[in-house]
Amino acid sequence: MDTSSMDKDLITLSNASLGVISPVKTADSLKIRQRLRRSYRQIKTENVFRRVLVLMGWVMVVLVLGILFTLVLESVPSIRALGAGYLWGKTWDPVQDVYGAYPFLLGTLLTSFLALIISIPFSIAVAIFLGEYYPEGWLPNLLKNTVELIAAVPSVIYGFWGLAVLVPIVRGWETKLGVQPVGVGILSSSLILAVMIIPYAASLGRSMIQMVPSPLKEAAYSLGATRWEVIRSVIIPYTKSGLFAGILLSLGRALGETMAVTMVIGNTSIIPKNIFSPGNTMASVIANEFTEADKPVYLSALIELGLVLFLVTVVINMIGKRVISRFTNE
Amino acid sequence: MKKKSLNFRALLSAGALFLAIGFSACNGGGTSGESKSDSTKSASDDNALIGAGSSFDNPLFSKMFSEYNKLNGLKVNYQSVGSGAGISQLTNKTVDFGASDAPMNGKQDSAVSAPVLHIPVTAGAVVLSYNLAEVKDTLKLTPSVLADIFLGKITKWNDAKIAAINKGVKLPDVAILIAHRSDGSGTSNIFTTYLSKVSEEWSSKVGKGSSVNWPVGLGGKGNEGVAGLIKQTPGAIGYIELAYAIQNNMAYAQIQNKAGRFITPSIASVTAAANITIPADSKVSLTNTDAADGYPISGFSWVLIYKEQKYGDRNQDRATKLLKLLSWVIHDGQQFSGALNYAPLSPAAVTTGDAILKSATFDGKPILQ
Repeated sequence: MDTSSMDKDLITLSNASLGVISPVKTADSLKIRQRLRRSYRQIKTENVFRRVLVLMGWVMVVLVLGILFTLVLESVPSIRALGAGYLWGKTWDPVQDVYGAYPFLLGTLLTSFLALIISIPFSIAVAIFLGEYYPEGWLPNLLKNTVELIAAVPSVIYGFWGLAVLVPIVRGWETKLGVQPVGVGILSSSLILAVMIIPYAASLGRSMIQMVPSPLKEAAYSLGATRWEVIRSVIIPYTKSGLFAGILLSLGRALGETMAVTMVIGNTSIIPKNIFSPGNTMASVIANEFTEADKPVYLSALIELGLVLFLVTVVINMIGKRVISRFTNE
Repeated sequence: MKKKSLNFRALLSAGALFLAIGFSACNGGGTSGESKSDSTKSASDDNALIGAGSSFDNPLFSKMFSEYNKLNGLKVNYQSVGSGAGISQLTNKTVDFGASDAPMNGKQDSAVSAPVLHIPVTAGAVVLSYNLAEVKDTLKLTPSVLADIFLGKITKWNDAKIAAINKGVKLPDVAILIAHRSDGSGTSNIFTTYLSKVSEEWSSKVGKGSSVNWPVGLGGKGNEGVAGLIKQTPGAIGYIELAYAIQNNMAYAQIQNKAGRFITPSIASVTAAANITIPADSKVSLTNTDAADGYPISGFSWVLIYKEQKYGDRNQDRATKLLKLLSWVIHDGQQFSGALNYAPLSPAAVTTGDAILKSATFDGKPILQ
């Protein structure tokens, strides 16, 4: 069928749809009608699919904003009663209705960043080993699956392991160093957190390293570079934004971790003096005290703690995004 | 074709509506939200009562309510959510009764719309457990020494004050490590109430409550968390529930009571502690009891109900069932206490409980005769 006849058919068709009676009803025009009907349907499906996507996207935005809104709304009594001093207040005393989040804010940041520092060498090493040295084979596969399994183990199990195995070891170190041997504290929680967050940075780092174009690496080798030099001068610079994104992801995990930390941190609202001191984090205070918060301001102060944690996470994420974009622009 | 897209749109909007309902329902489940729909739903099942509160009571209630179910076919759904949460559910009228290890405080009282009755249902004790491998005899503690330990003023086990009350016991030169509850709990409430009574300094510096600002020590989550800290750390001392200590074979100290006698915590000595003059509203703390052979760190656990049972869409039948259940709990139900390491109510407590239950009314008329 040539184009002119198709045009003619189309015209008749449109006439028909406009209500103009068309005497021509050939087999060809029927086919075209079917084809058109199909393309209408395709357009519809396309539209509906797009709308579903947009809706789903909006649901996520509404959810996050809704959580933020609820946190702010429920924090109002505490903000009104305590003001901004809440953030740097050093006492948390539910009996006197005095609430200061500083010890917990400090505890959260201390444990998370210490955990990050401990975990980085391991996660980068695993990423390089799996991404560059041995991308295939049974041993790397085993390692890869093991690392991924670390992320899948429920955090309460880490808590148990920490309490039963790690805490006595740390207590041994403390006895040797001459500090009060309690075992639980900032160091123990950071070690547990470090183990828990390794897979996040390692997995992302591994896939980034595997994506380094081989011509780049081959060029370096052909110029006489050693493996170490290739890693240092080609792979790391090429993947640093990805590695950093992975580290950021693990930091986010460390900030919010509750159960395992609660079990090994010692749960005291006294400001930690050193990394062996017991402390507390915002997440574990909320988990510990929420059910029995029997006064309106107390409950509200706990919710405000949630708000602070939320904002800390947002701020750290924003800083991270900025760092990543600077790395990539270079 | 047009019809089809309309359908899809309807589906989408139905989905959005569903989500919106979901959100608003979540909101309603919050602390202060209207939960009328919940209460009507719960009231529709006529042969089931709903209670919520103290986790300390939970094992005992599970046993009691299952026995009562065998007798009368009444189902009781008890949610072990913690005393504070139980009180707020009663305040929101989402449950038939609440259960708490502490009487309602002033703020909670002002939040409820009608008078609430406190009925004592069982008694529990808080024991001081310690980890001193070398010490074979049971440690003795006086109230003032105990307060000094928890204030951080006595820091070594071989301190002269501890040695003076434990003559003949060889105490090690080990630092004292204090373990307390990190989660808000009735156990902490009983213990801090006791310390506030026996020590001026504790009362002014720390005070009493289900969570307090501990001057020293480490926090563990739940009885098991505190017990874990004690078992692991040589030189540790901490407070746990009597039932938990008995079930886990933990060493615990004798405490000197008001009469000057050193009392070993046991079911008998806790029941004895409750054999005192109990006020008509039963809101009494058994800590530092006057009873000569009573263990001083013990306390009642209460069931809380509204005095006027006609509220919302409750009917007389439901109110009668609730009151009959509670009457059974304080009488026949007490036989299940001992086996689970709860202290049965003292005769004085049962008499008071009876009088309180009789004062409950439906539409102004008494329910139990």
